[in-house]
Amino acid sequence: MRTRLYYRAKKTAINILIHAFLISVAVTCLFPLLWMVSSSLKTQQTIFKDMSFIPHGFHFENYYLAWQQGGFGRYFLNSIFYTVSVVSGIVIVASLAAYAFSRLRFPGKNVLFFIFMAAMMIPVPGSFVPLYVLLNKLHLRDTAFGYILCMINVGLSMSIFLLKTFFDKLPRELEDAARIDGSSKFGVWWHVAMPLARPVLAVVVVFNALNVWNEYVLAMIIFDTKSLMPLQRALMVFQGEFLTNYPLLMAGLTITALPIILVYMLMQKYIVKGISSGAVLS
Amino acid sequence: MRIKPAFENYLFVLPAAAIFAVFYIIPFIWVFQLGLYSWDGILPTKAFVGLSNFKEIILQDKIWWGAMLNAGYITLIALTFQNALAFLLAWACDREIRMKNFYRLIFFIPPVLSEIVVGLVWQWILDGNYGLLNNWLGQLGLSNLVRNWLSDPNTALTTVAIVHCWKGFGWGFLIFLAGLQTIPREFYEAARVDGANAWVCFRKVTMPLMVPVVVLVAILTILGTMQGFVLIIAMTDGGPAYHTQVPVLRILAAMRGSSRFGYACAQSITFGAILMTISFIQYRFSRYARQA
Repeated sequence: MRTRLYYRAKKTAINILIHAFLISVAVTCLFPLLWMVSSSLKTQQTIFKDMSFIPHGFHFENYYLAWQQGGFGRYFLNSIFYTVSVVSGIVIVASLAAYAFSRLRFPGKNVLFFIFMAAMMIPVPGSFVPLYVLLNKLHLRDTAFGYILCMINVGLSMSIFLLKTFFDKLPRELEDAARIDGSSKFGVWWHVAMPLARPVLAVVVVFNALNVWNEYVLAMIIFDTKSLMPLQRALMVFQGEFLTNYPLLMAGLTITALPIILVYMLMQKYIVKGISSGAVLS
Repeated sequence: MRIKPAFENYLFVLPAAAIFAVFYIIPFIWVFQLGLYSWDGILPTKAFVGLSNFKEIILQDKIWWGAMLNAGYITLIALTFQNALAFLLAWACDREIRMKNFYRLIFFIPPVLSEIVVGLVWQWILDGNYGLLNNWLGQLGLSNLVRNWLSDPNTALTTVAIVHCWKGFGWGFLIFLAGLQTIPREFYEAARVDGANAWVCFRKVTMPLMVPVVVLVAILTILGTMQGFVLIIAMTDGGPAYHTQVPVLRILAAMRGSSRFGYACAQSITFGAILMTISFIQYRFSRYARQA
């Protein structure tokens, strides 16, 4: 007869196996990042010989050098600037449109909304080619403004969709009360609808912020001037110029990755929500 | 009186519509227009060449179709290896298990990182002379495996594909886990009562209910992987020779390298049409699978 002990032992064994599997994958996820940080603390002389994860001597001055001489301080501020501008742009523009699509009546509303949604479904793999031509014509290439407008456009459809779905589920009573009190439509949008939409706005903000911070293609097409470049583009330029300066490159990579990892840790809930709604959509 | 409110309502959508029209609709139309021209991107005059760009792509551009095959190869590895791993991990996490949230937190770190960061870090690990991987192989006595992973034509593409899987499996994991968690626990209990073992439970309960999720992840994987190229820019830039070229890199090369804007647009259209066809076939197939 198989005893209770047998079943308990079997269950424990299975659990150990499952954990071993999960932990080994988790380690595989983390070790390249640990190696990145570890390499960023070595010197040009030691990095090719010292293969230990905990380096002999921590050279934190690499971060100072990367920030100052490598220019990553400048690029970091550029990335912050682009992220903040694009995300605030998207929040305003998308929420205005989403509110109208959900609440207001005007001819052509459904067609317009359909076009916005269709844009998410149709893959345009080389859209950067005509965009390059267009920005040249508008004299917006190699300008921060051109990049910001392009990136607002990238996040627009998805954000409108998220916000409209949310507004659709919101009860109208509060807005009606505000209307009776004499608020304008814009007043209702700003003072009533927007505060209520905070949970979904958080998703929109975090999702788009990650997107802008990590964006590379448009930054490559648009910027020639180094002092305008965001981090991702600057990393590739740096790598092209200082091919073997691995400690500084790794310091630059850490500077780029760290804010994302921190934001992710703090805002996990919103990121996961944004991704699952994005996935459901496609 | 009736015109005014509609006008005010238009003001709400005006900024979005304007940005969208200029930065999405116009480029979208231009792709189709430019695809019919031969143009270097600078001269004010474009030469109308009809469909000859498409003819050249389809009949003569071997590098293009090679790039398509490469992307297909990476996609195949992502579809099988990456998604199987994602499913297994999700299945392992979909139970009463300790540290579930910790695992979920860690598995999704690679997907939130940028392709540039991931590509450059892995390039350093895989470096032929000073890379960590070769160092480990040497220490394990496997020196005969040591090679220049990203510049050896035999290994470059597979190496790129595996890094792609490393970066991407967290997506699939998250979607699979969400799918698994919607399956009511009672289904499993009922199957258990009827004497089903774990494998039968998996085959008769989990699999049928997960078909739509699997199809969704498959579609996302194909569309995402076929169009991927930034990771490759950061690791090999298409080399050695053309061994890790993918379609979007070819579009970029036609535009930047050879200043053939019309040709680049024709490649875009060709590739977009292929992607649409794939996702359409998959969609039909999934409807068929769900009915059967």
